Order: sequence, then C-alpha cells, then structure tokens
Amino acid sequence: MSSYKYHVLICGGTGCTSSKSELIKDNLENILKEKGLDNEVQVVRTGCFGFCEQGPIVKFLPDNTFYVQVKPEDAEELVNEHVIKGRKVERLLYVEPTEKEKIDESKKMPFYKKQIRVALRNAGLINPDDIDEYIANDGYQALAKALSMTPEEVVEEMKESGLRGRGGGGFPTGLKWAFAQRAQGDIKYVVCNADEGDPGAFMDRSVLEGDPHSVIEGMAIAAYAIGAKKGFVYIRAEYPLAVKRLQNAINQAKEYGLLGENIFGTDFSFDLEIRLGAGAFVCGEETALIASIEGYRGEPRTKPPFPANKGLWGKPTIINNVETFANVSPIILKGAKWFRSLGSEKSPGTKVFALAGKVNNVGLVEVPMGITLREVIFDIGGGIRENRKFKAVQTGGPSGGCIPAEYLDTPIDFDTLTALGSMMGSGGMIVMDENTCMPDVAKFYLEFSVEESCGKCTPCRIGNVRLLEILDKITSGRATIEDLDRMKILGETIKDSALCGLGQTSPNPILSTMHYFKDEYEAHVLDRTCPAGVCKNLITYKIDKEKCVGCTACARVCPVEAIKGSIKQPHEIDQDKCIKCGACYATCRFGAIEKI
Amino acid sequence: MPKIKSLEDLLKQKEAAKDKLSLRKIAEDDNIITLRVAMGTCGIAAGAKETFDKLLETIEEKKLENIRVIQTGCMGYCHAEPTVEVVEPGKEPILYGKIVGDKAKELIEKHILNGELLQDSIIGETHTSINE
Ligand SMILES: Cc1cc2nc3c(=O)[nH]c(=O)nc-3n(C[C@H](O)[C@H](O)[C@H](O)COP(=O)(O)O)c2cc1C
Ligand code: SF4
Ligand code: SF4
Ligand code: SF4
Ligand code: FES
Ligand code: FES
Repeated sequence: MSSYKYHVLICGGTGCTSSKSELIKDNLENILKEKGLDNEVQVVRTGCFGFCEQGPIVKFLPDNTFYVQVKPEDAEELVNEHVIKGRKVERLLYVEPTEKEKIDESKKMPFYKKQIRVALRNAGLINPDDIDEYIANDGYQALAKALSMTPEEVVEEMKESGLRGRGGGGFPTGLKWAFAQRAQGDIKYVVCNADEGDPGAFMDRSVLEGDPHSVIEGMAIAAYAIGAKKGFVYIRAEYPLAVKRLQNAINQAKEYGLLGENIFGTDFSFDLEIRLGAGAFVCGEETALIASIEGYRGEPRTKPPFPANKGLWGKPTIINNVETFANVSPIILKGAKWFRSLGSEKSPGTKVFALAGKVNNVGLVEVPMGITLREVIFDIGGGIRENRKFKAVQTGGPSGGCIPAEYLDTPIDFDTLTALGSMMGSGGMIVMDENTCMPDVAKFYLEFSVEESCGKCTPCRIGNVRLLEILDKITSGRATIEDLDRMKILGETIKDSALCGLGQTSPNPILSTMHYFKDEYEAHVLDRTCPAGVCKNLITYKIDKEKCVGCTACARVCPVEAIKGSIKQPHEIDQDKCIKCGACYATCRFGAIEKI
Repeated sequence: MPKIKSLEDLLKQKEAAKDKLSLRKIAEDDNIITLRVAMGTCGIAAGAKETFDKLLETIEEKKLENIRVIQTGCMGYCHAEPTVEVVEPGKEPILYGKIVGDKAKELIEKHILNGELLQDSIIGETHTSINE
C-alpha cells in the first residue's frame, strides 16, 4: 500500500479534456500544494471512463467516489470537503435518470454494473503516459510469456481463444495470423488499423488514449507470432491526443528495450512507427489502407490476394484493429480458456460499443458478447430519453442496419446481428425512438456512403447515387410503389457487385429498414405521409380552432408570416406560405397546433 | 531508465512500480477490508488524523494488501472519538471508539490479523450506514 491517502483520477480522454479536465487537475494540484497535502493525495490523469456525456469525470480512491460534470472551480470544494473533512460533495454526484437517485460509487451505477473491461482494462485506471503504471498492472508480461513459447504455440493459443477481429468483419484473428505465419517471405509486417472512420465511433481512440501500451504489446506479440520485425499504426490525423500518447508510449517502450533489438534478451526484434491517415472512411478498408501507407491514393483493390499473403509492399502482412490488439495480451497471459469463459460460444470475449442516440446514458461500454440488446439499451443505457418509446437500434455504422423492438432480447454477437440484416461493424450503437423516420435514417447513412465512396467501381459510384435519388423521392412524397421494388433490386445488386466492403454494405441501412419498417415506406409512398413526422414535405401544421386561445405567440415566431388571425381569435396557417419549420408547433403552449 | 532484458527485470520493475497502483486496484476489489475513520471536526480534534496515519503506517509495515483506510464524516459518537469502523466483506461492521496511540496498531494486529475483537473498545451496536 502506498503512503498516499487518496488517489484522484481525472479523465484525460478527448471528451473530458475538451471540457477542461486538464485545468481541474492543475487546480487540484495547486490547492493541494498550498495546503501541504500534496504528499497525501496523488492526482493522476487517466484515459476515458466511458461515461463521457457526464464528463469531466473525477474519481476519488480508495472510496471509489465518482464525481461527474466537475468544473475547474470545484477543485477547492473537493479538497476542503472530500480530502480534509472526508465528506462527499453531494452536488457533484451522479443522479440516476430513472429513479432520480444520487449514486456515489461507479460500481453501484447501472451504467457500469454489467460491464466487463478487457480491452479497456486500463482506461480510466492508469496514467497512459507512464509505462511503469502499465507494467504495474501486468503490462508486457504477456510479451515475455509469448517469447518463451514458439510462434506456433502463440498462434495456436490465439486460435483456441476464438477471438474475432473487432474492426468490423469479425474474422478469426488466430486464423489470420496462421495464414501470415505460413506465408513465405523473410520480410513481414504487422499493421494496426486505427482509422476508425465510422461516424460516432470512438472506441479505438479511447483505447489508444487510455492505454496505448496494450496495443503496442499486442502488436509485438503478433509480430513474434508471424515473424515480422516492423509494424505500423495507421491512425487518422484528427486524433491528435491519441497520436501523442501513442508516440510517447512507443518512446518509453524503446527506452525500456521493450521495442527495438533483442527484446527480453531474445533474438526477437520489433520496431513500430506511426503513419497518419488522411481521414477518408475508405482508407480503413485494409487494401486501401495498405495503398495509403505505401504512399498511393487510398483506393481498395480486389482480394485475393489477401494481405496475409501480399500486403504492404507485396509482403505478408497482418492488419488488425486496435481493439483486437488490445485483447491479445490478456489472452496470452490468462489463456484461451479464460477468454472463452467470457462472451458467447461463437463470439468469445467482450466488445466495446459506442452507445449513442436517444438513450439516457450515452457513452462507451464494454460488455460480454451475448448480452442482449435490451440489457445494453435499458439496463446500461438507462432506457429511452424522456420516457419515449423505443423504435429501433442501428448497429454497425454506415454499413449496418436497423433492428426493431421485437428483437430486443437477441443476444448480441457477430452472427446474430448479421442474421438480423445488420452487423457488428466497429461497435456503433445508435438508439432511435418513436420520433425517428426510418426512410430518413436510411437516407442519412446512404448520403455518408455516397460521399465517402472512392469512385473506383461502378456499382458503388453510380448505384448508390441512384439509390439516394429514390430515397429522396420517397422522403419528399414523389415516389411510386415501383420505386420501392426498384430500390430493393438495385440495393441487392450493389451488395453483390461492388468491389470493396464499403459498396458491398452500403445498401444495408435501406434493405434492413425496408424489411422491418415496410409500413413506414408504404405510408410515404401511398399515403404521402410521414408517420414519425420528420419528412418536411409530408407534414402539415394545422391549428385546431377549438383549442386555440388566440395568444398570437405562434404568429410572432413564424419566420415567413404564414400565420394570420387577430388577437383572442383562432388563427390559421396559410399552407402555401408555410415552410414547415415547426417553430409554431414548438411555441404553442395550448397544444392547439397539430402536426399531421 | 533501466533496460528490461528479461522477465526477472520486468517483474522487478513491476514490484518497484506496484505502489503506484495499489490504492487504485484495492478500490476495485470487492473482497477488501475497509477501515473507516471518522474525520468530522470533533474526530480531527480528538486526533483522528494521527489515528489515520498510524493505521496506514501499520498496514505498510505489515505489508497488508487487502485493506484500505478511508475517511468518513462524523459518525455521531463524539464522546468516543477517534472512532474507527471495521468493515469486512460479508460481516457486520464493528465500531471502535477512542482509538488513540498504540490502539491503532493493536486494532490491526488483533482484529485484522488474528480475528480477535478489541472488546473494551467496541461502541455498542453499530449503526448501518445509509450509504451502504
Ligand atoms: C469501408 C471500410 C472501412 C473500414 N474501416 C475500418 C476501420 O476504421 N478500422 C478497422 O479496424 N477496420 C476497418 N475496416 C475493416 C478492415 O478492412 C479490416 O477488416 C480490419 O481492420 C481487420 O482487422 P480485425 O480482423 O482485427 O477486425 C473497414 C472496412 C471497410 C470496407
Ligand atoms: S465499393 Fe465504393 S469504395 Fe469500394 S472500391 Fe468500389 S467505389 Fe470504391
Ligand atoms: S411551420 Fe414554420 S413556417 Fe409553417 S406556420 Fe409554423 S412557424 Fe410558420
Ligand atoms: S400558440 Fe397555440 S394556443 Fe397560442 S395562439 Fe398559437 S395555436 Fe393558439
Ligand atoms: S472522455 Fe472522459 S469519460 Fe470519456
Ligand atoms: S393567436 Fe391564435 S394561433 Fe396564435
């Protein structure tokens, strides 16, 4: 036990840093010093706690008090009350959204109760800039252990663990390594895919920011297993904090001799470099990523040959995702059996999800595979905001699909999500409530795919634009029933014929919403209405003359003066002038304006 | 910085760095013994700070790893300050009063290490904290 009475952990993730967590740390340190308490309280900046929406997070140990939404000026009160008097600062405790109860420890929070942290084991616990803290928590022991095994044994352990790639496709990691191990060549490479282009996803960034050594160690083990001496981390330039922490970690590992020549006194040598990506979504596709590292335009090519045989500069290369690498050390250290004890039969282990949308608790959660959608959304996520009704959850990012309420009890893993017409993807999970229009959602994702298409192949370049045109007709009330059929056939054709994963999956949001929410598409096409009240062209605002008291509030907010009427008399909306901005609807306090 | 050339080197480095994390790992552990020292105004006036330090010192000296000392607010036993509540997983908490001087060390040696209660220091029935 150290002689500190308290450790104060302050979140240094991107979210909390942008809401001034650094200043909170400075303030705390200054105040502690002033009061002569700096030998009793250690202040540490860690990686992300996952509960970013409640940030900045400050956690006091050993009593586990979890303070949320802390401001720099709260530092003084935290020292005076918590450190000196031993009293919790009530107003900074988390309030649970459904019961409205204050909860003081993270362990007691529904948000954390069902989580198991493997990939995020150190995020929010250690100082990512201090290699000793990583070592203190068993860091680099897995590498030492791997080096005492044969490369074949390492690959075998990975195969037995059943770990599947966390970057989207879910390909068995051990098998990929086995291919690269068997591939002929004296030069081989290990690449970490840290491109993370999915909108809304930030799990890879959080791993790199909170625990960069876990990725370095995983890559070194992979390198030993396949016989590589050199590795690259391909990371987007938009992630400056992750890049900085990773570079610092690489430097420290080199100083300790954990990267470089003759690691652990063996003849294994491994060196690691960072390559900054340009931030195009398609560059996350492995063949495009390889082209980009080689200095060419990031365009995909056909597979085979697979990178495991012909990758970087034509040499055997394994490419794995950040979270995949972060899982490697625990598997080697604790064994494949331990790993298989978590998760489901065909998808062992845990998965990090970025839970977003209309749930109460938005954040990064790591849960065992096989947990149900309901547990994630209602137990961890705390249910739907404002007690609205759950409508669907979109998984898998722009290439995924929407899953309706009837499948809430599905255990989540790679195969079940695919069977439902969606996918795991990198782990985005966007919750939608009754006010979401499904054709509109499909349009949003398709717009993303159209924008990010590299344009190399026709189905994706032209087909997706045509799909988007049809969706546009649907959401603006100009489509016919034939358009629905056409959209389905076109979507399926693109899936089958596009060159890379981007095109092959881009119709998923359309196809899955058409499948589960057929009524809603038909309402748009046949009745020219938008049941969720989202598509502007399909809704009309009307004033109920019975309810209107003539307060004039609506007429005053209407930007186009479409509302007429005299005071204390029912008003009316001129439909030709109305631009459907909804301002009047939001303003009326008497419920007199209807959205139809 | 030292070069790490073997597993032994790594474990040595780990041992040296262990203290950095011990307090944090203990906090995550459910099977941990907690000593709660009341640090309200009257507790501090009665010497709770010294008690706290003595407890920490003893724990360090005995190299105990499954125990943490935390401060709490006033527990309402002003007449018996400094008070220390021992909370062991799965057991009723025991509240001790007037833990001054060598009593702190004795508490750890007897209660924690030998499972013997310090009969004459126990304060009646322990209240159940509303936070638990
Ligand atoms: C358009 C597109 C974008 C992708 N973006 C990423 C990404 O950002 N990160 C990632 O790890 N994998 C991404 N992938 C998947 C990679 O091509 C590759 O399968 C993955 O990095 C392999 O690692 P894993 O087996 O560890 O999942 C993307 C695939 C496609 C088709
Ligand atoms: S599917 Fe799209 S992103 Fe992929 S190669 Fe073809 S045009 Fe490029
Ligand atoms: S929706 Fe907007 S434009 Fe139409 S009547 Fe209301 S305020 Fe005016
Ligand atoms: S705001 Fe509502 S109640 Fe007030 S005048 Fe307009 S429609 Fe009537
Ligand atoms: S960035 Fe602070 S909790 Fe995620
Ligand atoms: S005054 Fe009647 S609708 Fe506003």
